[in-house]
Amino acid sequence: MNSSIKVRKESWALWLLFALPALIVYTAFMAFPVVNSMRLSFFTGSGYSLDNFVGFNNYVRLFTDPEVSARFFTAFKNNWIFFGIHMLVQNSLGLLFALILSGRGFRGKGIFRTIIFIPVTLSVLVTGYIWKLILNPQWGALNIVLTKIGLGSLAIPWLGDTRTALVAVALVSSWQWVGLPTMMFLAGLERIPEELFEAAQIDGAGGWLTFARVKLPLLLPVVGIVSVLTFVGNFNAFDVVFAMEGANGPPSYATDLMGTFFYRTGIAGQHPIGIPDMGLGAAVATVTFIVLFAGILLANRLTGRGAEDGGAREGA
Amino acid sequence: MVSYGRVRDPAKPLKYLLLGLWSLLVLFPLWTMVINSFKFKNDIYLDPFGLPKSLNLAGYLTVFRNSPFPRYFLNSLLVTVVSLAFILFFGSLAAYGCVRWKSRYSRWIYLFFVAGLTVPIKIGSVNLLQIMIKLHLLDTTWSVIPVYVAMGLPIAVFTLYEFIKGIPVELTEAALMDGAGPYKIYWSIIVRLVRPALATVAIFNLVPIWNDLWFPLIFIRKDDQRTLILGVTRLFGEYQTDWSKILAVLSLSCVPVILLYLTMAKQFIAGLTAGAVKG
Repeated sequence: MNSSIKVRKESWALWLLFALPALIVYTAFMAFPVVNSMRLSFFTGSGYSLDNFVGFNNYVRLFTDPEVSARFFTAFKNNWIFFGIHMLVQNSLGLLFALILSGRGFRGKGIFRTIIFIPVTLSVLVTGYIWKLILNPQWGALNIVLTKIGLGSLAIPWLGDTRTALVAVALVSSWQWVGLPTMMFLAGLERIPEELFEAAQIDGAGGWLTFARVKLPLLLPVVGIVSVLTFVGNFNAFDVVFAMEGANGPPSYATDLMGTFFYRTGIAGQHPIGIPDMGLGAAVATVTFIVLFAGILLANRLTGRGAEDGGAREGA
Repeated sequence: MVSYGRVRDPAKPLKYLLLGLWSLLVLFPLWTMVINSFKFKNDIYLDPFGLPKSLNLAGYLTVFRNSPFPRYFLNSLLVTVVSLAFILFFGSLAAYGCVRWKSRYSRWIYLFFVAGLTVPIKIGSVNLLQIMIKLHLLDTTWSVIPVYVAMGLPIAVFTLYEFIKGIPVELTEAALMDGAGPYKIYWSIIVRLVRPALATVAIFNLVPIWNDLWFPLIFIRKDDQRTLILGVTRLFGEYQTDWSKILAVLSLSCVPVILLYLTMAKQFIAGLTAGAVKG
């Protein structure tokens, strides 16, 4: 009794004091800059200071100025293709790996899991460089191997051709991140009660039917989370293109993504001039944010309350 | 149950084949990188996949003796350690405060932190750049630290809040009866009990901070202030044909992480998967 009275006596100011350091850093270096960057998308200025209010002018330029909008729409379109390849390759492979690994009596689960996850821990820049070396048309390992096994016709400059560059970069990125969906699907599959599989088996359901009728429906929330994560990650992607192709998204903007476009407009400056247009950059960032937000809302609508009750948090 | 165990899986060889091929695809690039870093240039071209015929340590020696990379490595170490320390300290303080302060204001503060889980901080880059200029932190290694701390706090508060909430009230009340103040309780009880959660939060943040390119790239230009990953971006401009050096640097920049990962694979997988969900 005595103690509970004592607890109540401790004033709110004390607990606020506990939260204060984190609150200050988080507000000053995350919450405020994010909101303020959106406000700055309505301004223009020279160099790093933005003090000239221009209304929606930056957005108008972004969508209608022939030069700027061409770059924007290319990057936007490329980013959707980039995302599509991740959904198709990375997430399908992740699901497949998880289904195999979760199989009863499957030996070597631990070692395969460890290997599949290795690239997730590595810097995107470093793996991007490694793959750039492997994909080098003259002496890269890939083309050496292809020529040796009689597929010499496939030994082409993967990163230098506008038709293959984006796919190549997206595949390398899928290679790097496939461990994440694998682990999320695996966690989801392991949460499915054993009895359900037994019941399905007694009813005579084979592997495919068990997957389609039992596993997949129960995995739907995880599919939602994985899709959202892939979407957010892909529309923020920058490093992999920067490492493998460069900040300009070559060849001829075939690998330009929202991330690289934002870097050039808002931070580094467009190619020949090199002076950043920070107001325009802020507009690009804001549009990216709106796209992300809309995507997350849509995904939540489609998969129920996917993002909240899904289980990938289990590791936490 | 028994019959289930006896079911033969005709697809088993196929499953092992698939996972085996994928493992090869993961390990082969890393293997090629490491072995070639020990080879002489001619051997790299002649036999890129075999073991080195004669050992060439020149790449590693130039990196250690005569390059800025040791400096970059120390910068990265400093950034990572200091950022993690602040994330854990501030994060656990805030989580404790939010748990113990029972009012709707503390709920709002908690939700304010958790909202940060869904917002990519890159969106704020334009303003962050201006802030760093104003604080005279631009072009210094220090500039990235407050950003990483801010970035790491939402997941820290979120994780530690749940954990601290699970601590039985009797434990802290007993200490209260013994006359311990709230700070003493935080230090001697809370921090001790949430240690496993602190380790998880550290792993969440360790890899993204160590591997980050974006913020060093936009904040730091001065050579001696670079982090390791930012330093790696210089490789292709300057040592265009010095393969043993390029490969040595690439190997050195990921081998420590791989070793750390292999010793604690389970924790890394759990931590990074959960950390990714913060998206």
